[in-house]
Amino acid sequence: MAQITPTIRVQAADFDAAREEALLTEGRRDVGAVVAFTGLCRDEDGTLDALELEHYPGMAEEEIGRVAGEALSRWPLVGLTIIHRHGVIRPGERIVLVIAAARHRGEAFAAAEFLMDYLKTRAPFWKKERRVDGAEEGWVAAKSEDDAAAARWAR
Amino acid sequence: MKAVYFAWVRERIGVSEEEIAPPREVETVRQLVEWLAARGEGYAAAFANPKTIRTAIDKTHAAPDAPIASAREIAFFPPMTGG
Repeated sequence: MAQITPTIRVQAADFDAAREEALLTEGRRDVGAVVAFTGLCRDEDGTLDALELEHYPGMAEEEIGRVAGEALSRWPLVGLTIIHRHGVIRPGERIVLVIAAARHRGEAFAAAEFLMDYLKTRAPFWKKERRVDGAEEGWVAAKSEDDAAAARWAR
Repeated sequence: MKAVYFAWVRERIGVSEEEIAPPREVETVRQLVEWLAARGEGYAAAFANPKTIRTAIDKTHAAPDAPIASAREIAFFPPMTGG
């Protein structure tokens, strides 16, 4: 099976997950499973005003491409879309989208989870939190659980 | 070569990018971090704990012992928190 070319976008604008899924699957008869993951900005119990997402232009796209290539080498995906936003994102708004399409659900589920674990620890994005109470802004610290989640996939 | 900084590394140093010309004996990423840390107060603060610094050479993740000789752009940043 020829390896597919993933759709990768790094953008400030919002995305429409349903539309992206339709674009990935329309007119096709080979897709048996689609897993779509959307990561949103949560309000941290009402304390968060907004996230500012800084990124490394150029490397962000390249690194997501490398992670996508790794996923494609592990699972026979028939479609893949990854979108990551940057800029100011408020609670309830979308941050990241991963859509993995495969012939069977196991491959689609596994690839989507792998992609998120790897994106979190490898894609060059950094979150800064703005607080509702006006407290000093602070950079979100990387979590050891995220490293552990990515390490599960080592081989 | 060009050095670029992100997140709190950028904030502590005070610029987002600059041209740097390390001496020939600075051969690896680790040595470059040490050399940068000695350039002033902001740099010392940014690189106080080298374990928290991640590096990319020409937009690809690089390990501390990676050679810098052929690098055009070296980036310094904290561990990533996207997704």
